[in-house]
Amino acid sequence: MVIPTSDVLAEPLAPVPEPEPPVRGLSPPEWVRANLASTPLNAALTAVIGAVVAWAVYRLGRWVFVTADWAIVRVNLRLFMVGRFPADELWRLWVAGYVLVGTVGLAAGALRETLRRPVTSEADAVAGAASVGADAAWTPAGLGRRGASVVHRFWPALLGIVVVLGFTRTPLPALGAVGLVVVGTAAWVLGARLPARVRRWTWLAVVAGLVAALQVIIAGDGGVGWDDWGGLQLAVAATLAGIALAFPLGLLLALGRRSSLPAMRVVSIAYIEAFRAVPLVTLLFLGNFMIGFLFPTTVEPPSLLVRAVIAITLFEAAYIAEIVRGGLQAVPRGQFEAAQAVGLPPTKVMRLVVLPQALRAVIPAMVGQFISLFKDTSLLFIVGFFELLRVSEVVTLQDEFRGQGLRPVALAFVGLIYWAGCSTMSRESQRLERRLGVGER
Amino acid sequence: MATPTATSPRPPLWRDVRVLRVAFQVAVLAAVVALVAYLYDNLRANDVEFDFDFLDQQAGFRIAYTDMKPSDTVLDAILTGLRNTITVALIGNALTLVLGTLLGIARLSGNWLVRRAAGAYVETLRNVPPLLVIVLVNSAALAALPPIQEANEVGGVLVLSVSEFGIVSLRDGGNGGLYAALLVAALATAVPLGVWRGRVEERTGAPARRWAWGGGVILAVAVGGYVALSAPVVLSHPEVVDLSIEGGVRMGLPFVAVLVGLVLYTSSHVAEIVRGSILAVPKGQTEAAGAIGLTSSQRLRHVVLPQAFRIATPPIINQFLNLTKNTSLGVAVAFAELMGVTNTVIGNGHPAIPSILVAMGLYLVLSLVISMTANLVHHRLRLVER
Repeated sequence: MVIPTSDVLAEPLAPVPEPEPPVRGLSPPEWVRANLASTPLNAALTAVIGAVVAWAVYRLGRWVFVTADWAIVRVNLRLFMVGRFPADELWRLWVAGYVLVGTVGLAAGALRETLRRPVTSEADAVAGAASVGADAAWTPAGLGRRGASVVHRFWPALLGIVVVLGFTRTPLPALGAVGLVVVGTAAWVLGARLPARVRRWTWLAVVAGLVAALQVIIAGDGGVGWDDWGGLQLAVAATLAGIALAFPLGLLLALGRRSSLPAMRVVSIAYIEAFRAVPLVTLLFLGNFMIGFLFPTTVEPPSLLVRAVIAITLFEAAYIAEIVRGGLQAVPRGQFEAAQAVGLPPTKVMRLVVLPQALRAVIPAMVGQFISLFKDTSLLFIVGFFELLRVSEVVTLQDEFRGQGLRPVALAFVGLIYWAGCSTMSRESQRLERRLGVGER
Repeated sequence: MATPTATSPRPPLWRDVRVLRVAFQVAVLAAVVALVAYLYDNLRANDVEFDFDFLDQQAGFRIAYTDMKPSDTVLDAILTGLRNTITVALIGNALTLVLGTLLGIARLSGNWLVRRAAGAYVETLRNVPPLLVIVLVNSAALAALPPIQEANEVGGVLVLSVSEFGIVSLRDGGNGGLYAALLVAALATAVPLGVWRGRVEERTGAPARRWAWGGGVILAVAVGGYVALSAPVVLSHPEVVDLSIEGGVRMGLPFVAVLVGLVLYTSSHVAEIVRGSILAVPKGQTEAAGAIGLTSSQRLRHVVLPQAFRIATPPIINQFLNLTKNTSLGVAVAFAELMGVTNTVIGNGHPAIPSILVAMGLYLVLSLVISMTANLVHHRLRLVER
């Protein structure tokens, strides 16, 4: 490199990319020594843990592939997926699924584009251009690389889907699932290409999608009311309804807790702390017994599922409020003050300056709450809904499967469904956290 | 209040921020009160009574593994359930802390196999509902364990059967009370002694062996007392007699299922907290410790872990709170904890809404106690900067 003789200080040197340190792969014996037997103690540990792991893997593998009789799942797959939903009306669920995947994909693509980290340096720009180049290359090698990265990223979900489809008896569900993936991806790409002006309103598409999906399922001749929902479908529906309804309430509570008005603070804090201190089970029980009586005598009491959704919403709102409060606290004071200084009224300070920053910071935590609610839908079992755990109990009472100790088999399948969903979402939320740089200073 | 002047005329009432603030708060409070009153009116119109007399009536059922008799009152039953809840919470939290810490450290191990095995455990258990874990443990035990007649007896330490579990315990062999008092006295001596040696170490800089001093006192009293009082406590081995277990500590399957399920589930979360906390200690700390010549175990023990502990404590207490609240899932496997007993009480025809409100009140107290402890600990651990 030629060092300029003059003006060294006047003009900053262009950043010289540091050469990558040479990568030196370990040979297999070296790798074993470094990772499994660096000290005698470590070698002993490897031996002991290795024996335990080998035994556990052997027993589990034997159970999964030899001992366990999966016929109970194969025969009852529809019960697990949609409960007692009538077979003739299943098309409604498929249409609803396509609507939801399409709208959520659109919003997710738009959100990703909005959250994309600003390009900070020339090196990043170069790297970005390079990756875009790779994206654009629809060569076999490029496609293979992309496929591998998708598998690496979503393998829990793919494993779950493959296992579920493995139990189906016709190829139609597989085709439908492929269609879902295609539509979702297409919507995602479209969402990312939307102009920024339109992107801001894609959340409306999600709301419209939710409403439309609900209408498709329950409306019209042969529509299936939500009291007949069950299985995985019920878990997903309860999660979506819980989050969608709890979010506005939680947002209000968070603002109330941060408010300068003492009455608002007291009401919000009392609500949040009371609902966070009791288990969801007690609220579901109470909702079950009490919500029907909270309406005037002239009104017909709401169905059991509506009561459960109300209980879940009230419970979740308290947790969402705490998450949003965390986001509000993370917005520097100067942002409030600057917004006030330019003469914005309080509502606009919140809406235009503070909330966009706060909500952006809490996206990973909201995904975490979504996962936690998805897991909590299993509690509907306790108050008598036909959800996944109840299905796993009911199928062991059928004539052909009774008294054979098949409950663990059915539960393992249910566990796989929950695990595939939660695991995928939690991996995505970690990615998002890294991308947003939450917690980094 | 500032008096309006000619240059700054007082704004009209509907633009005055001070008036608006008060008016807005009054409106919100009025709305909340009106909503509550409306709901309460509807409850009354629907003939819902808030009558807690049933607490004094006879419960009419018994609770396994407790002294509860059917002639005891409903309140006794509910308090017995609360005691079961607290028992599971205490044992479960202790086991969770140990297992979770070990797993969290294992996930950062330099040993590939240990790291991967702990990772697989954590990533599996963390992503399934706790209720599923409890029900799975319960049903797997039902499917796999032998009936009590053919119970597995593991060396007099453990008895496993489908209906009952037994585990070895200590039992009074005469003078047990005196021995316990002696041990407490030894502990009361050892703690100040250890603190004093710690001060000496800080003052002189020379190693003062505080653990040896404190532990020595306890060990000496324990061994000396055991010999002098001629075996004040003896082991009580569980064994199967007449279709039930005698000796040791007896546990029903529901208790074991709830305990094991919650420990398995919660320890995966604690492991993530421990791992995150260790990673959150700035790298410079480890490097600085290495630069002054500490070995890797000294770096961990004196530099990294104390700081990680400070970061990990609040979220771990939060997990304790979660485990305590999740004991209410025991109702699904018929474990007689607070919610399970409440469910039975309702099933026996006692009024549902007041019963649940009582249970919720007790959970509220339990949670508040844990939160207050958490705040105290948090206060003690806070870094005081200038």
